[in-house]
Amino acid sequence: MKITLDLDVCAGHGQCEDAAPEVFTVNDQGLVVQLIENPGEEYRAKVEDAARRCPADVIKIED
Amino acid sequence: MPMNRIVVAGVSLAGLRTAEALRLEGFTGEIVMVGEEQLFPPYDRPPLSKEILKGLWQEDRGRLKVAENLDPTLILGHRVTALRASDNEVELDDGTVLTYDGLVIATGASPKMMGSIDTSIPGVHVLRTFPEAVALREAIGGSPKVVIIGAGWIGCEVAATCRDRGLDVTILEYFPQPLERTLGPIMGAWAGAMHRAHGVDLRCGVSVSGVSGEGRVERVDLADGTSVAADIVVLAIGVFPETKWLEGNGFDLENGVLCDETLQVVGASNIVAAGDVCRWPNKMFNRTMRVEHWSNAVEQAAVAAHTLIHPDEPKGYSAVPYVWSDQYDAKIQYVGTGGEYHSILEGSTEENKFVAAYATDGVLVGALCVNSPARMIKYKRFLTTAPQMDLIEENLP
Repeated sequence: MKITLDLDVCAGHGQCEDAAPEVFTVNDQGLVVQLIENPGEEYRAKVEDAARRCPADVIKIED
Repeated sequence: MPMNRIVVAGVSLAGLRTAEALRLEGFTGEIVMVGEEQLFPPYDRPPLSKEILKGLWQEDRGRLKVAENLDPTLILGHRVTALRASDNEVELDDGTVLTYDGLVIATGASPKMMGSIDTSIPGVHVLRTFPEAVALREAIGGSPKVVIIGAGWIGCEVAATCRDRGLDVTILEYFPQPLERTLGPIMGAWAGAMHRAHGVDLRCGVSVSGVSGEGRVERVDLADGTSVAADIVVLAIGVFPETKWLEGNGFDLENGVLCDETLQVVGASNIVAAGDVCRWPNKMFNRTMRVEHWSNAVEQAAVAAHTLIHPDEPKGYSAVPYVWSDQYDAKIQYVGTGGEYHSILEGSTEENKFVAAYATDGVLVGALCVNSPARMIKYKRFLTTAPQMDLIEENLP
Protein backbone atom coordinates (compact mmCIF):
# COMPACT_ATOMS: atom_id res chain seq x y z
CA MET A 1 0.00 0.00 0.00
CA LYS A 2 1.51 3.33 -1.03
CA ILE A 3 0.57 6.26 1.16
CA THR A 4 1.24 9.96 0.65
CA LEU A 5 1.00 12.49 3.46
CA ASP A 6 0.29 16.18 2.97
CA LEU A 7 2.36 17.57 5.82
CA ASP A 8 1.49 21.14 4.85
CA VAL A 9 -2.04 20.63 6.17
CA CYS A 10 -1.30 18.22 9.05
CA ALA A 11 -2.56 19.77 12.27
CA GLY A 12 -1.56 17.11 14.79
CA HIS A 13 -5.02 15.72 15.50
CA GLY A 14 -3.52 12.29 16.05
CA GLN A 15 -6.60 10.45 14.80
CA CYS A 16 -4.36 8.48 12.42
CA GLU A 17 -2.28 7.23 15.34
CA ASP A 18 -5.48 6.28 17.12
CA ALA A 19 -6.76 4.34 14.11
CA ALA A 20 -3.48 2.75 12.97
CA PRO A 21 -0.81 3.04 15.68
CA GLU A 22 1.46 0.57 13.88
CA VAL A 23 1.60 2.84 10.82
CA PHE A 24 1.36 6.43 12.12
CA THR A 25 2.51 8.50 15.05
CA VAL A 26 2.52 12.22 15.82
CA ASN A 27 5.88 13.83 16.58
CA ASP A 28 6.67 16.65 19.01
CA GLN A 29 6.13 19.21 16.26
CA GLY A 30 2.58 17.93 15.90
CA LEU A 31 3.19 16.32 12.51
CA VAL A 32 2.34 12.81 11.38
CA VAL A 33 5.24 10.39 10.91
CA GLN A 34 4.80 7.19 8.94
CA LEU A 35 6.35 4.25 10.79
CA ILE A 36 6.17 1.64 8.01
CA GLU A 37 7.17 2.73 4.54
CA ASN A 38 4.81 0.62 2.46
CA PRO A 39 2.49 -1.13 4.89
CA GLY A 40 1.12 -4.50 3.89
CA GLU A 41 -2.47 -5.28 3.05
CA GLU A 42 -3.13 -6.37 6.63
CA TYR A 43 -3.12 -2.67 7.54
CA ARG A 44 -5.43 -1.48 4.75
CA ALA A 45 -8.60 -1.30 6.81
CA LYS A 46 -6.83 0.58 9.59
CA VAL A 47 -5.14 3.01 7.18
CA GLU A 48 -8.45 3.65 5.43
CA ASP A 49 -9.98 4.36 8.82
CA ALA A 50 -7.09 6.71 9.61
CA ALA A 51 -7.63 8.58 6.33
CA ARG A 52 -11.36 8.90 6.98
CA ARG A 53 -10.88 10.16 10.51
CA CYS A 54 -8.28 12.79 9.66
CA PRO A 55 -9.91 16.22 10.03
CA ALA A 56 -7.26 17.81 7.83
CA ASP A 57 -7.43 15.23 5.01
CA VAL A 58 -3.69 14.56 5.16
CA ILE A 59 -3.60 10.89 4.19
CA LYS A 60 -3.95 9.66 0.62
CA ILE A 61 -3.84 5.96 -0.21
CA GLU A 62 -2.33 5.72 -3.69
CA ASP A 63 -2.91 2.03 -4.40
CA MET B 1 -37.38 -6.13 5.76
CA PRO B 2 -35.49 -5.60 2.47
CA MET B 3 -33.65 -2.31 2.25
CA ASN B 4 -34.28 -0.61 -1.05
CA ARG B 5 -34.27 3.04 -0.10
CA ILE B 6 -32.50 4.77 2.76
CA VAL B 7 -33.26 8.40 3.49
CA VAL B 8 -30.48 10.42 5.10
CA ALA B 9 -31.87 13.52 6.80
CA GLY B 10 -29.08 16.07 7.01
CA VAL B 11 -26.29 16.63 4.50
CA SER B 12 -23.39 17.75 6.61
CA LEU B 13 -20.48 15.73 7.98
CA ALA B 14 -22.49 13.08 9.86
CA GLY B 15 -25.03 12.57 7.07
CA LEU B 16 -22.42 12.41 4.32
CA ARG B 17 -20.11 10.04 6.15
CA THR B 18 -23.01 7.78 7.16
CA ALA B 19 -24.19 7.65 3.55
CA GLU B 20 -20.69 6.68 2.41
CA ALA B 21 -20.48 4.06 5.13
CA LEU B 22 -23.75 2.54 3.91
CA ARG B 23 -21.96 1.81 0.62
CA LEU B 24 -18.97 0.37 2.49
CA GLU B 25 -21.40 -1.90 4.31
CA GLY B 26 -22.60 -3.17 0.94
CA PHE B 27 -25.84 -1.24 0.46
CA THR B 28 -26.62 -0.95 -3.25
CA GLY B 29 -30.11 0.59 -3.08
CA GLU B 30 -31.11 4.22 -3.34
CA ILE B 31 -29.66 6.75 -0.90
CA VAL B 32 -31.77 9.90 -0.73
CA MET B 33 -30.01 12.76 1.03
CA VAL B 34 -32.16 15.67 2.18
CA GLY B 35 -30.48 18.84 3.40
CA GLU B 36 -31.44 22.41 4.07
CA GLU B 37 -28.11 23.84 2.95
CA GLN B 38 -27.54 24.25 -0.77
CA LEU B 39 -23.92 23.23 -1.23
CA PHE B 40 -22.79 19.76 -2.23
CA PRO B 41 -20.26 18.53 -1.40
CA PRO B 42 -21.02 20.11 1.96
CA TYR B 43 -18.37 22.31 3.53
CA ASP B 44 -16.44 21.31 6.59
CA ARG B 45 -17.50 23.36 9.61
CA PRO B 46 -14.35 23.68 11.78
CA PRO B 47 -12.61 26.02 9.28
CA LEU B 48 -15.59 28.39 9.23
CA SER B 49 -14.53 30.16 12.42
CA LYS B 50 -10.82 29.90 11.52
CA GLU B 51 -9.43 29.71 7.97
CA ILE B 52 -12.62 30.83 6.18
CA LEU B 53 -13.30 33.67 8.62
CA LYS B 54 -9.67 34.77 8.41
CA GLY B 55 -9.88 34.77 4.62
CA LEU B 56 -6.94 32.35 4.38
CA TRP B 57 -8.81 29.86 2.26
CA GLN B 58 -10.60 30.26 -1.03
CA GLU B 59 -14.21 29.36 -0.67
CA ASP B 60 -14.00 26.08 -2.56
CA ARG B 61 -11.34 24.79 -0.20
CA GLY B 62 -12.83 23.29 2.88
CA ARG B 63 -15.45 21.27 1.07
CA LEU B 64 -15.68 17.69 2.26
CA LYS B 65 -14.45 14.94 -0.03
CA VAL B 66 -17.15 12.60 -1.31
CA ALA B 67 -16.59 8.92 -2.09
CA GLU B 68 -16.87 8.21 -5.82
CA ASN B 69 -19.30 5.33 -5.35
CA LEU B 70 -21.81 7.26 -3.24
CA ASP B 71 -24.31 7.90 -6.07
CA PRO B 72 -26.83 9.82 -3.97
CA THR B 73 -30.22 11.23 -4.87
CA LEU B 74 -29.85 14.80 -3.57
CA ILE B 75 -32.69 16.95 -2.34
CA LEU B 76 -31.00 20.19 -1.31
CA GLY B 77 -32.51 23.41 -0.06
CA HIS B 78 -35.25 21.54 1.76
CA ARG B 79 -35.57 20.39 5.33
CA VAL B 80 -37.40 17.47 6.80
CA THR B 81 -40.29 18.78 8.85
CA ALA B 82 -41.98 15.62 10.10
CA LEU B 83 -41.40 11.94 10.65
CA ARG B 84 -44.17 9.35 10.73
CA ALA B 85 -42.18 6.34 11.87
CA SER B 86 -45.15 3.94 11.90
CA ASP B 87 -45.66 4.64 8.17
CA ASN B 88 -41.93 4.76 7.34
CA GLU B 89 -42.21 8.21 5.83
CA VAL B 90 -40.78 11.68 6.24
CA GLU B 91 -42.30 14.94 5.09
CA LEU B 92 -40.32 17.86 3.68
CA ASP B 93 -40.96 21.58 4.00
CA ASP B 94 -42.63 21.71 0.56
CA GLY B 95 -45.05 18.94 1.45
CA THR B 96 -43.16 16.18 -0.37
CA VAL B 97 -43.52 12.81 1.34
CA LEU B 98 -40.67 10.29 1.06
CA THR B 99 -41.03 6.69 2.11
CA TYR B 100 -38.01 4.79 3.35
CA ASP B 101 -36.90 1.36 4.39
CA GLY B 102 -34.17 2.81 6.59
CA LEU B 103 -33.69 6.32 7.95
CA VAL B 104 -30.57 8.13 9.12
CA ILE B 105 -31.14 11.07 11.47
CA ALA B 106 -28.26 13.48 10.96
CA THR B 107 -29.97 16.84 11.24
CA GLY B 108 -27.28 18.21 13.51
CA ALA B 109 -27.72 21.28 15.62
CA SER B 110 -28.57 24.95 15.17
CA PRO B 111 -27.43 28.08 17.02
CA LYS B 112 -29.35 28.89 20.17
CA MET B 113 -31.09 32.23 19.98
CA MET B 114 -31.86 34.79 22.63
CA GLY B 115 -35.51 35.80 22.53
CA SER B 116 -34.57 39.42 23.07
CA ILE B 117 -32.18 39.58 20.10
CA ASP B 118 -33.48 39.76 16.55
CA THR B 119 -30.71 38.29 14.39
CA SER B 120 -32.16 39.93 11.28
CA ILE B 121 -31.04 43.34 12.58
CA PRO B 122 -28.12 44.52 10.41
CA GLY B 123 -24.85 43.92 12.19
CA VAL B 124 -26.07 40.92 14.23
CA HIS B 125 -24.52 37.60 13.21
CA VAL B 126 -24.51 33.94 14.10
CA LEU B 127 -21.92 31.48 12.80
CA ARG B 128 -22.91 27.96 11.85
CA THR B 129 -23.15 27.79 8.08
CA PHE B 130 -20.84 28.68 5.23
CA PRO B 131 -22.93 31.69 4.09
CA GLU B 132 -22.93 32.94 7.68
CA ALA B 133 -19.14 32.66 7.81
CA VAL B 134 -18.79 34.58 4.55
CA ALA B 135 -21.22 37.25 5.77
CA LEU B 136 -19.29 37.66 9.02
CA ARG B 137 -15.97 37.77 7.18
CA GLU B 138 -17.26 40.59 5.01
CA ALA B 139 -18.71 42.38 8.03
CA ILE B 140 -15.36 42.41 9.85
CA GLY B 141 -13.52 43.58 6.75
CA GLY B 142 -13.21 47.22 7.86
CA SER B 143 -12.32 48.01 11.44
CA PRO B 144 -15.58 47.48 13.29
CA LYS B 145 -15.92 47.12 17.01
CA VAL B 146 -16.94 43.51 17.53
CA VAL B 147 -18.93 42.30 20.52
CA ILE B 148 -19.26 38.55 20.94
CA ILE B 149 -22.00 37.19 23.16
CA GLY B 150 -20.87 33.86 24.58
CA ALA B 151 -17.37 32.58 25.33
CA GLY B 152 -17.71 28.98 24.16
CA TRP B 153 -15.52 27.45 21.47
CA ILE B 154 -17.03 29.44 18.62
CA GLY B 155 -17.09 32.73 20.51
CA CYS B 156 -13.45 32.30 21.58
CA GLU B 157 -12.31 31.34 18.07
CA VAL B 158 -14.11 34.30 16.53
CA ALA B 159 -12.50 36.55 19.15
CA ALA B 160 -9.04 35.20 18.36
CA THR B 161 -9.61 35.62 14.62
CA CYS B 162 -10.82 39.20 15.08
CA ARG B 163 -7.89 40.08 17.35
CA ASP B 164 -5.48 38.60 14.78
CA ARG B 165 -6.97 41.17 12.40
CA GLY B 166 -6.42 43.93 14.93
CA LEU B 167 -10.08 44.56 15.68
CA ASP B 168 -11.49 45.93 18.91
CA VAL B 169 -13.12 42.87 20.53
CA THR B 170 -15.34 42.50 23.58
CA ILE B 171 -16.66 39.15 24.81
CA LEU B 172 -19.70 39.06 27.07
CA GLU B 173 -20.09 35.81 28.99
CA TYR B 174 -22.75 34.82 31.48
CA PHE B 175 -20.59 32.32 33.37
CA PRO B 176 -17.65 33.39 35.57
CA GLN B 177 -15.06 32.10 33.03
CA PRO B 178 -14.86 31.46 29.28
CA LEU B 179 -15.11 27.85 28.08
CA GLU B 180 -16.30 26.95 31.55
CA ARG B 181 -18.73 24.26 30.37
CA THR B 182 -15.85 22.20 28.92
CA LEU B 183 -12.77 23.31 30.82
CA GLY B 184 -14.25 24.16 34.21
CA PRO B 185 -13.53 27.35 36.16
CA ILE B 186 -9.80 26.92 36.74
CA MET B 187 -8.70 26.21 33.19
CA GLY B 188 -11.45 28.54 32.01
CA ALA B 189 -9.54 31.24 33.87
CA TRP B 190 -6.40 30.21 31.99
CA ALA B 191 -8.28 30.70 28.71
CA GLY B 192 -9.59 34.03 29.95
CA ALA B 193 -6.09 35.24 30.79
CA MET B 194 -4.95 34.26 27.31
CA HIS B 195 -7.71 36.29 25.66
CA ARG B 196 -7.04 39.30 27.85
CA ALA B 197 -3.30 39.08 27.13
CA HIS B 198 -4.21 39.27 23.45
CA GLY B 199 -6.23 42.41 23.98
CA VAL B 200 -9.80 41.12 24.31
CA ASP B 201 -12.07 43.03 26.65
CA LEU B 202 -13.46 39.89 28.31
CA ARG B 203 -16.34 40.53 30.67
CA CYS B 204 -17.62 37.48 32.52
CA GLY B 205 -20.60 37.11 34.80
CA VAL B 206 -22.67 39.54 32.75
CA SER B 207 -26.24 39.17 31.53
CA VAL B 208 -27.23 40.52 28.13
CA SER B 209 -30.73 41.94 27.87
CA GLY B 210 -30.78 42.82 24.16
CA VAL B 211 -29.33 44.92 21.37
CA SER B 212 -30.33 48.38 20.18
CA GLY B 213 -29.51 50.97 17.52
CA GLU B 214 -30.93 53.11 14.73
CA GLY B 215 -31.48 50.89 11.70
CA ARG B 216 -28.62 48.60 12.68
CA VAL B 217 -27.00 47.38 15.84
CA GLU B 218 -25.11 50.07 17.75
CA ARG B 219 -24.88 48.61 21.21
CA VAL B 220 -25.47 45.55 23.35
CA ASP B 221 -27.58 46.29 26.40
CA LEU B 222 -26.80 44.58 29.66
CA ALA B 223 -29.15 43.59 32.46
CA ASP B 224 -27.46 46.05 34.85
CA GLY B 225 -28.65 48.95 32.68
CA THR B 226 -25.30 49.70 31.04
CA SER B 227 -24.45 49.03 27.43
CA VAL B 228 -21.45 48.16 25.25
CA ALA B 229 -20.89 49.93 21.93
CA ALA B 230 -20.90 47.54 18.97
CA ASP B 231 -20.69 47.71 15.19
CA ILE B 232 -20.89 43.93 14.83
CA VAL B 233 -22.48 41.52 17.30
CA VAL B 234 -21.84 37.79 17.11
CA LEU B 235 -24.32 35.66 19.01
CA ALA B 236 -22.46 32.49 20.04
CA ILE B 237 -24.28 30.97 22.99
CA GLY B 238 -24.20 27.38 21.82
CA VAL B 239 -26.39 25.11 19.74
CA PHE B 240 -29.41 22.89 20.23
CA PRO B 241 -30.05 19.54 18.53
CA GLU B 242 -32.49 19.61 15.61
CA THR B 243 -35.10 17.13 16.82
CA LYS B 244 -38.35 19.06 16.48
CA TRP B 245 -39.29 17.18 13.30
CA LEU B 246 -39.09 13.90 15.24
CA GLU B 247 -41.85 14.81 17.68
CA GLY B 248 -44.96 12.66 17.85
CA ASN B 249 -43.21 9.31 17.43
CA GLY B 250 -42.73 8.45 21.08
CA PHE B 251 -38.96 8.97 20.94
CA ASP B 252 -37.00 10.36 23.87
CA LEU B 253 -35.96 13.80 22.56
CA GLU B 254 -34.51 15.22 25.74
CA ASN B 255 -31.19 16.73 24.61
CA GLY B 256 -30.98 14.90 21.27
CA VAL B 257 -32.69 11.74 20.09
CA LEU B 258 -32.00 8.83 22.40
CA CYS B 259 -30.31 5.85 20.76
CA ASP B 260 -29.05 2.55 22.08
CA GLU B 261 -25.39 1.54 22.09
CA THR B 262 -25.54 0.63 18.40
CA LEU B 263 -26.97 4.10 17.57
CA GLN B 264 -30.36 2.66 16.67
CA VAL B 265 -33.07 5.06 17.80
CA VAL B 266 -34.82 3.67 20.86
CA GLY B 267 -38.30 2.75 19.69
CA ALA B 268 -37.57 2.32 15.97
CA SER B 269 -35.74 -0.68 14.51
CA ASN B 270 -34.98 0.87 11.10
CA ILE B 271 -33.83 4.32 12.23
CA VAL B 272 -30.34 5.32 13.33
CA ALA B 273 -28.78 8.64 14.31
CA ALA B 274 -25.29 10.14 14.08
CA GLY B 275 -23.57 13.39 14.93
CA ASP B 276 -24.64 16.37 17.01
CA VAL B 277 -28.25 15.20 17.18
CA CYS B 278 -27.52 11.78 18.72
CA ARG B 279 -27.57 10.93 22.43
CA TRP B 280 -26.40 7.45 23.27
CA PRO B 281 -25.12 5.43 26.23
CA ASN B 282 -21.34 5.76 26.08
CA LYS B 283 -20.03 2.68 27.88
CA MET B 284 -16.65 4.34 28.28
CA PHE B 285 -18.08 6.76 30.80
CA ASN B 286 -21.19 4.85 31.93
CA ARG B 287 -23.66 7.54 30.93
CA THR B 288 -25.59 8.82 27.98
CA MET B 289 -24.02 11.74 26.18
CA ARG B 290 -24.45 13.95 23.17
CA VAL B 291 -21.25 15.18 21.55
CA GLU B 292 -21.04 18.17 19.21
CA HIS B 293 -17.60 17.49 17.79
CA TRP B 294 -16.22 16.60 14.37
CA SER B 295 -14.56 13.28 15.23
CA ASN B 296 -17.68 12.02 16.97
CA ALA B 297 -19.75 12.59 13.83
CA VAL B 298 -17.27 10.65 11.68
CA GLU B 299 -16.93 7.76 14.12
CA GLN B 300 -20.67 7.49 14.75
CA ALA B 301 -21.33 7.48 11.00
CA ALA B 302 -19.55 4.15 10.57
CA VAL B 303 -21.43 2.53 13.45
CA ALA B 304 -24.84 3.92 12.50
CA ALA B 305 -24.47 2.65 8.92
CA HIS B 306 -23.40 -0.77 10.14
CA THR B 307 -26.39 -0.98 12.47
CA LEU B 308 -28.82 -0.14 9.69
CA ILE B 309 -27.38 -2.65 7.19
CA HIS B 310 -26.32 -5.43 9.57
CA PRO B 311 -28.67 -5.27 12.57
CA ASP B 312 -27.94 -8.96 13.17
CA GLU B 313 -24.25 -8.20 13.91
CA PRO B 314 -24.58 -5.41 16.50
CA LYS B 315 -21.54 -3.20 17.12
CA GLY B 316 -21.59 -0.87 20.09
CA TYR B 317 -20.18 2.65 19.93
CA SER B 318 -18.12 3.67 22.91
CA ALA B 319 -15.79 6.59 22.52
CA VAL B 320 -13.46 9.07 24.10
CA PRO B 321 -14.67 12.42 22.71
CA TYR B 322 -12.11 14.74 21.14
CA VAL B 323 -12.37 18.44 20.41
CA TRP B 324 -9.77 20.88 19.20
CA SER B 325 -9.51 24.62 18.89
CA ASP B 326 -6.88 27.03 17.64
CA GLN B 327 -6.72 30.36 19.43
CA TYR B 328 -3.78 32.73 18.98
CA ASP B 329 -0.65 30.63 19.56
CA ALA B 330 -2.44 27.88 21.48
CA LYS B 331 -3.36 24.57 19.92
CA ILE B 332 -6.01 23.40 22.35
CA GLN B 333 -7.02 19.73 22.35
CA TYR B 334 -9.39 18.17 24.85
CA VAL B 335 -9.90 14.42 25.07
CA GLY B 336 -12.44 12.77 27.29
CA THR B 337 -15.47 14.09 29.04
CA GLY B 338 -15.92 16.86 31.54
CA GLY B 339 -14.84 16.24 35.13
CA GLU B 340 -13.34 18.27 37.94
CA TYR B 341 -10.02 19.89 37.18
CA HIS B 342 -7.39 17.90 39.07
CA SER B 343 -3.84 19.04 38.32
CA ILE B 344 -1.26 19.83 35.68
CA LEU B 345 0.37 16.54 34.69
CA GLU B 346 2.99 17.86 32.29
CA GLY B 347 4.48 21.23 31.38
CA SER B 348 3.12 24.49 32.71
CA THR B 349 0.73 27.26 31.81
CA GLU B 350 3.69 29.70 31.94
CA GLU B 351 5.35 28.00 28.97
CA ASN B 352 1.94 27.69 27.22
CA LYS B 353 2.52 23.96 26.81
CA PHE B 354 0.86 21.60 29.26
CA VAL B 355 -1.44 18.70 29.93
CA ALA B 356 -4.12 19.19 32.59
CA ALA B 357 -6.04 16.30 34.16
CA TYR B 358 -9.77 16.14 34.86
CA ALA B 359 -11.13 13.49 37.19
CA THR B 360 -14.41 12.10 38.50
CA ASP B 361 -14.44 9.94 41.65
CA GLY B 362 -10.68 9.59 41.56
CA VAL B 363 -10.57 8.39 37.94
CA LEU B 364 -9.04 10.36 35.05
CA VAL B 365 -11.89 11.26 32.65
CA GLY B 366 -10.38 14.03 30.55
CA ALA B 367 -7.12 15.68 29.52
CA LEU B 368 -6.65 19.22 28.29
CA CYS B 369 -3.59 19.29 26.05
CA VAL B 370 -2.24 22.68 25.03
CA ASN B 371 0.51 22.80 22.40
CA SER B 372 1.13 19.11 23.11
CA PRO B 373 -0.24 17.28 20.05
CA ALA B 374 2.09 14.32 20.40
CA ARG B 375 0.79 13.75 23.92
CA MET B 376 -2.92 14.13 23.22
CA ILE B 377 -3.41 10.83 21.47
CA LYS B 378 -1.45 9.01 24.16
CA TYR B 379 -3.87 10.38 26.72
CA LYS B 380 -6.82 9.44 24.55
CA ARG B 381 -5.71 5.82 24.70
CA PHE B 382 -4.74 6.10 28.36
CA LEU B 383 -8.26 7.26 29.21
CA THR B 384 -9.76 4.01 27.96
CA THR B 385 -8.01 2.22 30.84
CA ALA B 386 -9.86 4.36 33.44
CA PRO B 387 -6.63 5.37 35.23
CA GLN B 388 -6.77 6.00 38.97
CA MET B 389 -5.58 9.49 39.87
CA ASP B 390 -3.72 8.39 43.01
CA LEU B 391 -1.49 6.15 40.89
CA ILE B 392 -1.19 8.47 37.94
CA GLU B 393 2.29 9.84 38.66
CA GLU B 394 3.93 6.48 38.02
CA ASN B 395 1.59 5.51 35.18
CA LEU B 396 1.65 8.48 32.81
CA PRO B 397 1.44 7.36 29.18
